[in-house]
Amino acid sequence: MAESKFVYVTYIRTTPEKLWQALTDPAFIRKYWFGTTQECTWEKGASWKMIYDDGRVTDAGEVLEIDPPRKLVLKWRNEFRPELKAEGYSQMTYELEASGDAGDLVKLTVVHEIDQPDSKLIHAVNGGWPRILSNLKTLLETGTVLSTKK
Amino acid sequence: MSSDQDPVFKALADRSRRMLLDRLRAENGQTLGALCDNLAMSRQAVSKHLKLLEAANLVVTRWQGREKLHFLNPVPIHEIASRWIAPFEQHRVKALADLKQQLEGGRHG
Repeated sequence: MAESKFVYVTYIRTTPEKLWQALTDPAFIRKYWFGTTQECTWEKGASWKMIYDDGRVTDAGEVLEIDPPRKLVLKWRNEFRPELKAEGYSQMTYELEASGDAGDLVKLTVVHEIDQPDSKLIHAVNGGWPRILSNLKTLLETGTVLSTKK
Repeated sequence: MSSDQDPVFKALADRSRRMLLDRLRAENGQTLGALCDNLAMSRQAVSKHLKLLEAANLVVTRWQGREKLHFLNPVPIHEIASRWIAPFEQHRVKALADLKQQLEGGRHG
């Protein structure tokens, strides 16, 4: 049985605080997440939504656990593809850890899992994450878009 | 480390290690024991290869209960692709696509 789970890791030259902001600030998220952003008050139990600029909801859920700037766990369900929505809720976890000899790197671990075999949802999100993480890393490291106040 | 791709290229420059990555691609989240199944390689050799893959961040391990599971991490491969392929591919792929269309269009049309 295939594990319906993946674990992606990237090392980003930044601080946990800046990375946390990049992961939770709607204006920043839009810059690296394929034209979607996220709406949430980032408190335990708060509802969470991923949306396009025109307001369509792609995925939704709630905050299961939050410990800035170290850990975030979201309950996550796809909302626009019936066969994915039917699988119910998955769980997505971010873990941020300072790393590297000089302490100038942050190890970001993304775990996305669902309690059922051969999940289509996990297969679908699987392909997107490396691009999202790679975009995020470039944005943070080149620093050209760190200002999100515009 | 983040911009140094040497460990990734080195890790990929070995057939056994690529085969281990393929096995994880087919079935993600395996133990060392499962990865050794039906392999003509000693457990020690597999373990050594996995350590190298882990150092290159191509494999990530997580504990699940008492089992240490290995997961394929494609992020560094994606970074290589963005750095080494994406800047070049647009022209080439377009040229090839145009050529293909011309040749095939000529034949079928």
